Amino acid sequence: MHQVAPVIEVQNLETRIDTKMGPIKAVDGVSFSVRPGETLGIVGESGSGKSVTALSLLRLVPKPAAKIVGGAIILDGEDILTVSETRMRDIRGGKISMILQDPQTSLNPVFTIGSQVVEAIATHLKAAQRELLNRAVEALRHVRVADPKRRVEDYPHQMSGGMKQRVVGAIALGSNPKVLIADEPTTALDVTIQAQYLQLLKDIQAETGLAIIFITHDFGVVARMCDHVAVMYAGRVVEQGPVQEIFSNPAHPYTKALLSSVPSVEEDVERLYSIRGQPPAFWDMPKGCRFAPRCDQAMSKCEADYPPTYESPAGTQHCASCWALEDTEWTPSRS
Amino acid sequence: MQRYLLRRVFQSLLAMLAISVIAFALSQLSGSPVDSMLPQDAGPEEAERLTKLWGLDRPVHEQYFIFLGNALQGNLGQSIKWQGQSAMGLVLERLPATLQLGGFAIIVSTLIAVPVGVIAAVYKNTPFDAFGKIIALLGQAMPNFWLGIVLIWIFAVHLKWLPTSGRGGLSHMILPAIAMGWFQVAALMRLTRSAMLEVLDSEYVKLARIKGVPEWRVVWVHALRNAAIVPLTYFGLIAGSIFTGSVVIETVFAWPGTGLLAIDAIRGRDFPVVQAVVLTFAGVFILVNLLVDTLYAYLDPRIRYK
Repeated sequence: MHQVAPVIEVQNLETRIDTKMGPIKAVDGVSFSVRPGETLGIVGESGSGKSVTALSLLRLVPKPAAKIVGGAIILDGEDILTVSETRMRDIRGGKISMILQDPQTSLNPVFTIGSQVVEAIATHLKAAQRELLNRAVEALRHVRVADPKRRVEDYPHQMSGGMKQRVVGAIALGSNPKVLIADEPTTALDVTIQAQYLQLLKDIQAETGLAIIFITHDFGVVARMCDHVAVMYAGRVVEQGPVQEIFSNPAHPYTKALLSSVPSVEEDVERLYSIRGQPPAFWDMPKGCRFAPRCDQAMSKCEADYPPTYESPAGTQHCASCWALEDTEWTPSRS
Repeated sequence: MQRYLLRRVFQSLLAMLAISVIAFALSQLSGSPVDSMLPQDAGPEEAERLTKLWGLDRPVHEQYFIFLGNALQGNLGQSIKWQGQSAMGLVLERLPATLQLGGFAIIVSTLIAVPVGVIAAVYKNTPFDAFGKIIALLGQAMPNFWLGIVLIWIFAVHLKWLPTSGRGGLSHMILPAIAMGWFQVAALMRLTRSAMLEVLDSEYVKLARIKGVPEWRVVWVHALRNAAIVPLTYFGLIAGSIFTGSVVIETVFAWPGTGLLAIDAIRGRDFPVVQAVVLTFAGVFILVNLLVDTLYAYLDPRIRYK
């Protein structure tokens, strides 16, 4: 099967944050890749390192506390961890962009919608003001903002939350990036608006071949949006693979547990399943598998060493890091 | 926008009216002005003549309206100490000197405080930030009259770099402006810093960076425009304290402004002049605050569209 090359490839990414409790690795050896037109979902609970991973991809981790200390991010053939800050500014918004979680706070309250979209375009394109404004109107029309010609004069406080999130979309997509990171973009929206917004992203993706990295903790959104999923726990990817595989055949106990915590329409249960215990503190990481203290199937091995990554025999690039896979048909991953 | 401004103008007029009541009440509380205006050997007929002339035999509210009517025409009566000069005339004659010094102090403090505050926020917890903190602490801790005297002692008496007192060119303004402005610089700087820290942490600043906007533009355009509201509010307040402060500073530096006039007038129980000073200071203060409110609306559309 011939497949196009990934537009973004993350290899062994490590991001360290200095905290009062000492330095922690919020992202610890994360690898994944996304092809044009594909969507990768990154799921995990709060504090699992999803958002720091996202910010690392833009080299926008909060300075000076956080620092990317290892790995590579190959975006469109270029390792962006090695380029200069000036080059990185061209890449940000130009080749890779991001939609933030809360539309209420993502737009600058003192500038018009138009000037904010224009700025996003003008940063990457030298053109006359007239031309820039036309492009901004086009970008707003693209994300289905009604009457964009009139709306460019508006200020953020004159728009609804859903409309604002569309504007954020127009800003992110204004310079036709190849990769879009969406950090829980619909969490703050009403359910109906949420569905519309997800559909909008899918339509734009179908049109432009955009690669999307979708960060969420909502498996419903994953099922709807994503082709592949990476499950993160305590700064590491514990399992990744095609969406159907993960849903029908989860290999890692954490993924299984997460999936059983999702309410189902078919089953009527008194109490939802919940994983016992708390995620480990970053400054007090277990030596072995990080999920071991909460895992029902933990063995002595799990507490001693971090498990290697095993690949599924199905040949679907379904991988998981768990000692329980050691003596099965799963094979140790080469990479 | 127009409605907002009209409302603010109306409120300013109300404030001015309230101040005129206070100024009037002050003169009532300080005893009969006739006693202080008459020569010591004047007889009761003379007192009666003046009482009639000034309308002091009428009910209080009528007296107030006479006072207000006169005040609106800029007539606050004759000075007692400086015979033959009108109270308002004296104040207006001295006002440019005070506005010059106060304006200079305010502008220079703002031009120093805001950039330093912004840079301290961007480079927080660095030596620059610590240096700013020390400057601020000194400014907040030193009383301005003391600072004025020390400055004169060092730079005028010992080093002989700058004149000790009086009004003249730029060199005459430097020491009094520092004495007046240091406290303000400190406060403005700390306010700018904390407002910037909050804004720099916001999502829209993150989005600006995601867009690829250069860092200087993120800081000085995206963030500062939002953070400016806080120091601007304080700016309206310090405009007032610069003028009340001028009473002290002008005395220390023998600066021939309204503040010095106020001190002389109070010493000479020259109530018409004191009244004129109070009303003028209040007027300038209200005007500056009206200006600040207008700037608010310019800076923040949420105020403009309310």
